[in-house]
Amino acid sequence: MQAIHDPAAKPNSCYHCGEDCGAVAINVGEKLFCCHGCRTVYEILSQSNACEYYKYEDHPGLKAGTREVGSRYAYLDNEEIRRELLDFSEDGVSKVKLFIPAIHCSSCIWLLENIQRLHTGVMHSSVNFVKKEVIITFHDTEISLRQLIELLVSINYIPQLTLDTLEKGAKSKINRGIYYRLGVAGFCFGNIMLFSFPGYLSVNDSVENLLRQNFGLLNILFGIPVAFYAGSVFLISAYKGLRKRYISIDVPIAIGILVLFFRSAYEILSGTGPGFMDSLAGLVFFLSIGRWYQDKTYQALSFERDYRSYFPVAVTIISDAGEESIIPIKNLKTGMRILVRNQELVPADALLVKGEGSIDYSFVSGESAPVTKKEGERIFAGGRQAGTSIELIVEREVAQSHLTELWNQDLTGSAKQTRWDSILDVISRYFTVMVLLLSTISGIFWWFYNPAMAFLVVTAILIVACPCALAMTYPFSLGGAMRVFGRNNFYLKRTGVVEALAKVDTIVFDKTGTITSNDGPGADLSSLNVPTDQLCWISSMVRHSTHPASVAIYLQLQGSEAFPVTGFHEWPARGIEGTVQGHFLKIGSEEFVTGTKSGSYASGTKVFMSIDDDLVGFARISNRYREGMKDVLSELARRYELHLLSGDNDAELPNLLSFFPSREHLNFNKSPKEKLQYIRDLKATGRKVLMIGDGLNDAGALRESDCGISMADDIYHFSPACDAILESGQFRHLSDFLRFSRTSMRIVFISMGLSFLYNVVGLSFAITGNLSPVVSAILMPLSSVTIVAFVTLSVLISARLSKFDVKS
Amino acid sequence: MSVILILVAFSVMLAGGFLAAFFWSVRNGQYDDTYSSSVRILFEDDKPKEPPPEVPTPAK
Repeated sequence: MQAIHDPAAKPNSCYHCGEDCGAVAINVGEKLFCCHGCRTVYEILSQSNACEYYKYEDHPGLKAGTREVGSRYAYLDNEEIRRELLDFSEDGVSKVKLFIPAIHCSSCIWLLENIQRLHTGVMHSSVNFVKKEVIITFHDTEISLRQLIELLVSINYIPQLTLDTLEKGAKSKINRGIYYRLGVAGFCFGNIMLFSFPGYLSVNDSVENLLRQNFGLLNILFGIPVAFYAGSVFLISAYKGLRKRYISIDVPIAIGILVLFFRSAYEILSGTGPGFMDSLAGLVFFLSIGRWYQDKTYQALSFERDYRSYFPVAVTIISDAGEESIIPIKNLKTGMRILVRNQELVPADALLVKGEGSIDYSFVSGESAPVTKKEGERIFAGGRQAGTSIELIVEREVAQSHLTELWNQDLTGSAKQTRWDSILDVISRYFTVMVLLLSTISGIFWWFYNPAMAFLVVTAILIVACPCALAMTYPFSLGGAMRVFGRNNFYLKRTGVVEALAKVDTIVFDKTGTITSNDGPGADLSSLNVPTDQLCWISSMVRHSTHPASVAIYLQLQGSEAFPVTGFHEWPARGIEGTVQGHFLKIGSEEFVTGTKSGSYASGTKVFMSIDDDLVGFARISNRYREGMKDVLSELARRYELHLLSGDNDAELPNLLSFFPSREHLNFNKSPKEKLQYIRDLKATGRKVLMIGDGLNDAGALRESDCGISMADDIYHFSPACDAILESGQFRHLSDFLRFSRTSMRIVFISMGLSFLYNVVGLSFAITGNLSPVVSAILMPLSSVTIVAFVTLSVLISARLSKFDVKS
Repeated sequence: MSVILILVAFSVMLAGGFLAAFFWSVRNGQYDDTYSSSVRILFEDDKPKEPPPEVPTPAK
């Protein structure tokens, strides 16, 4: 869970974030900082006497960088937004719950819980580390919500505020029922074991009998909450399943619980025997532990996100009089004039009326290059403006935009509703039928042979066949596997996903952001014929432009000296020009630089450059693929059928052909709807499809697939609804993850075999009419404990063999 | 021998007390976040070494 810091800190590492400071370290006293952002955070903390922050962890911060807050949070002054964000506000005291993904270590907890040192207006704050939330109570007369959030931003703990936060608020309730049930079951289990003990002694005197009777009654008393409170989940789930004509593992369990309880109650009340209450309590207690283990979720992660958690909370509108004001995004109406600044999101389908749009749709459609939009053109919701501010007129409300429709259309697809049958359900279906058949047959047999025994034998079979051990194999093996994955930054929504992963035989990749890295394209400067001392002229030029190609070239040339540029001008979609040290440089498209157009498009885009009107060559801009992609894909291709679904054009085709074995499986220019259909078609041919995507454009396909993995650079930021979130750095381990999921399923099968053996042993006692409470009380916990131990150990050992990190 | 029954009554009451304590701790949210408390206990006392520039507002 903790960020990894290099324990052998390099002497040159930043005091705040621990990153290498490079040649441009900033000194404050003896402390080094990598950037002004980190230094500023340090200074704020040292002024407020909060330097203990650096005591609990080495380099606790995250790289701050330089960030202009400006009026970004001005919307928090809007009364309506403020009211919705606050949990509570009365008499000048307000309380707010904020989700801060940056929370990662003990220093974070310390600082956020001592936030009153930074501002006396804060009364109290407490951190929930698991959910990465902080709850702050503050005097809103002394510090406004906006100031509070800007304070948090200034120390680089940036709260996530999206439309989603506003709508759902912090109203999500934690389900603590499992703890109560576990407590009740454990409590009763302990007591019942104690009271059952005299029943096992075969002494027969009046005193013992008195104890036995009273203890029996106590057992019934304790058995009631076990069966009908702690065991209620199983009873309800079995009932619900049966109503849908569906037999799950909970059906035989529910039968077992009911038979155990009523037969024991009958035995005790009629004085015919000590009953099986201890077995019942043990059963429910162990099963509850299994449930608790299985229900582990990553609370700070969200697997159910839709466009709302991608959208901002508020938007700036411009009135007819030209005045700017901020309104909540849900109040946005058709015809309003909105202002979208650099790096802001276009929240609704709108018409560009002022300014030059350079819209990055990569997240929505998968196109990798920004699209240039001129006045009068339509911009769809979800694009991000890169460049100067633009003004737009809203054409459709947020809820009816192109993007939202895309989302709703997925919902009507409703493919995920047809749940695939877990192997556990399939087995338990046969199991239940078998057990019922067996008990009927032996019941009939005993009816004729010795009618007095018939009832006892039938109930004994139902008791002993209760698949406790079987029900434990699945949660413990797959829950264990899920935890191993989680420690290796692959987060599953629930344990069942492990099984889905193991069953997959086809893998479909998205391109942009999934197999290509999100750091933007890379620049290949090998075709550039420029003396080294002139490279810094080029880098001085491109650093003024935000076009991805310029950024790529700049990154490639990073570290070279920067000179002032005169007469700099950027021609949108064409190129840039300017004078550096008396030399006139032109950088851009072939037509822009040379005046002619050869029209040959090799892979990637070429950026031409000229110095004093002499063509000096070009830089090739191409997608950067993720680290280790070639190895991963060639390994996967051996076992799986690989497909590519890209929303982008096929410029990268030659490169991709070296990665993917088959040309027919490479698809370009696919709309989100077409992606969904593609998956549907694959499934129709009987394939089990794993979809790996990252953006909203993959949302439909991710839902439609048998298993959808969403790739994310930052797992706490937006990722579309999916079954699992994979941190992008772990992409190269994808085939290891898949292999481990298959290993886990193998462990499930083996342990299911073992638990069947236990059942056979138990049944042999039951059918012959020899199942005494002692045998049951020994057999049941023994089988469960051994199965859990076997499963847990095998998962750990095989994780270690697969070289997975098994310690948190 | 009936003394055992009295003892049993006491033991059940005692155990019930622990169960109630467990319920209270769950309701109190002690199981919602098991990490922060493990760290929080290691923090130094609230007061900074040098007197703070302003008097801190007492927590509610």
